Amino acid sequence: MSLFALLGALEQGLVYGIMVLGVYLTFRILDFPDLTVDGSLPLGAGVSAVCITHGMHPVASLVMAMGAGFLAGAVTGILNTKLRILHLLASILTMTALYSINIRVMSGPNVSLLGVDTVIDPLIRAGVPGYWASPVLFAGVVLVVIMALIWFLYTEIGQTLLATGDNLQMITSQGVDTHKVIIFGVGLSNALVALSGALIAQNQGAADVNMGVGTIVAGLASVIVGETVFGAGSVPRAIVAAIVGSVIYRVAIALALGLKIGSFAFTPSDLNLITALLVVVALTAPKIKARLKRC
Amino acid sequence: MLELKDITLYFHKGSINEVRALNNISLTINDGDFITVIGSNGAGKSTLLNTLAGTHTPQTGLVTLDGKDITRWPEYKRARHMGRVFQDPLKGTCSTLSIEQNMALARRRGKRRGLSRGVTSEDRKIFAKNVKQIGLGLETRLGDSIGLLSGGQRQALTLLMATMVRPDILLLDEHTAALDPKTANQTLILTEHLVTSQQLTTLMVTHNMNQAIKLGNRLIMLHQGEIILDICGETKQKLSVNDLLAQFYAVKGEEFSSDKMLLT
Repeated sequence: MSLFALLGALEQGLVYGIMVLGVYLTFRILDFPDLTVDGSLPLGAGVSAVCITHGMHPVASLVMAMGAGFLAGAVTGILNTKLRILHLLASILTMTALYSINIRVMSGPNVSLLGVDTVIDPLIRAGVPGYWASPVLFAGVVLVVIMALIWFLYTEIGQTLLATGDNLQMITSQGVDTHKVIIFGVGLSNALVALSGALIAQNQGAADVNMGVGTIVAGLASVIVGETVFGAGSVPRAIVAAIVGSVIYRVAIALALGLKIGSFAFTPSDLNLITALLVVVALTAPKIKARLKRC
Repeated sequence: MLELKDITLYFHKGSINEVRALNNISLTINDGDFITVIGSNGAGKSTLLNTLAGTHTPQTGLVTLDGKDITRWPEYKRARHMGRVFQDPLKGTCSTLSIEQNMALARRRGKRRGLSRGVTSEDRKIFAKNVKQIGLGLETRLGDSIGLLSGGQRQALTLLMATMVRPDILLLDEHTAALDPKTANQTLILTEHLVTSQQLTTLMVTHNMNQAIKLGNRLIMLHQGEIILDICGETKQKLSVNDLLAQFYAVKGEEFSSDKMLLT
């Protein structure tokens, strides 16, 4: 693997890592499997791209993207809590609706960002080589998000989020409205996913309605890989593990795509199959290991 | 003062599984009352407690707190006024959070939660002092995860947490039933200590007649969703298990068959 390919994988791992933090928040902390992310990632990308092409500052467009992502997540939360739809189904409904909404937002299936300024351009103008600019920028963003998230989870509100995912009855008897917590938590998660989508779009120069396919599976794979490799003993550790997992996952994908066995080679379209298999293995391996030990 | 007025509650109303769990129950819980509730399985003890807590909403009747109608209040809103301990020791605490984090969540019951620290240094001082009085040596382990504690330790902590912010009423739902006899006894002693030292209004559901007689100033017996006995004061102090059984026959006039109630 060349340095460029490695930097590319690192860049992808970091920028998708923000999405993985969102998935960690719902999947692990709130115990809410949330498929909204497949729709909120392109939503963030689309909102950011449209804002930029309408003359908004690229950084401000990130805030808009996060706002849109939060709303999308909040809708899933409301469907689940107020309308009592099963969490998984509620998120699939939002995801499906978002496909149409995303095309409306972008007035078409995609928006190009070629020739307009993005968050990466100031770095390049400052003299940072192109292939370093994105990884450095994304590392910075990831660091800020990690610190903010850890800080938040140890606040009073953050603690109610942790407790809601752990023991609904307990936190209800402590006077907390768990509906509010779930709506806010899923919203926050999707705000992060949308931020990730916005940065991806600005980095690759386009937003596309189909760029979100497989997001949840990639997110889960990264969370699980991170926990296995780095451990998840405490909240800060689990959060760092999510990013580590995301980078490892993208490097592994890059390696797999570079693999040639005779005339056979993987194509990018095989990615979803590989990822799905990876998640199945990661989820079942501990059980199989335990059974083998017993024999 | 908490009041139940003409409460009727059905489960699965309108289906073939319809059960009338509470039948036109009226009960006034005066401030300072320590009421023990007994009755056979399915008599409606837990349903009564859960109706107070807001877990169930009755089909007819009113629940009032100091004259305010709280019948439609959701569980979390009523929780501002109530401390609860469950039968299952795992239900009252979060296993993945530490002792101090759990206690901090309880210390802010009914208060507005914001973006300040979840556990402050002031919290820690108070918690260490509080935990010392339950005598389990947990004051040096405040940072430990609750999941590492035994059921008895967790139940003791839940009790402490339920009374940390003074509740208008403490609801105990067979909170010693899942513990071994020795731990159950310790938990009861702690219960009595907390209730008398803070003069808490308390409702305790129990399967154990001796417990029901020994503790509290008032005893209620439920049968098929109705209150068939309500004894307080001196009459209660003189009560024995045999008296209770006799009273039960007298009121209901039917056979006591094999029932958990007899296994006191």
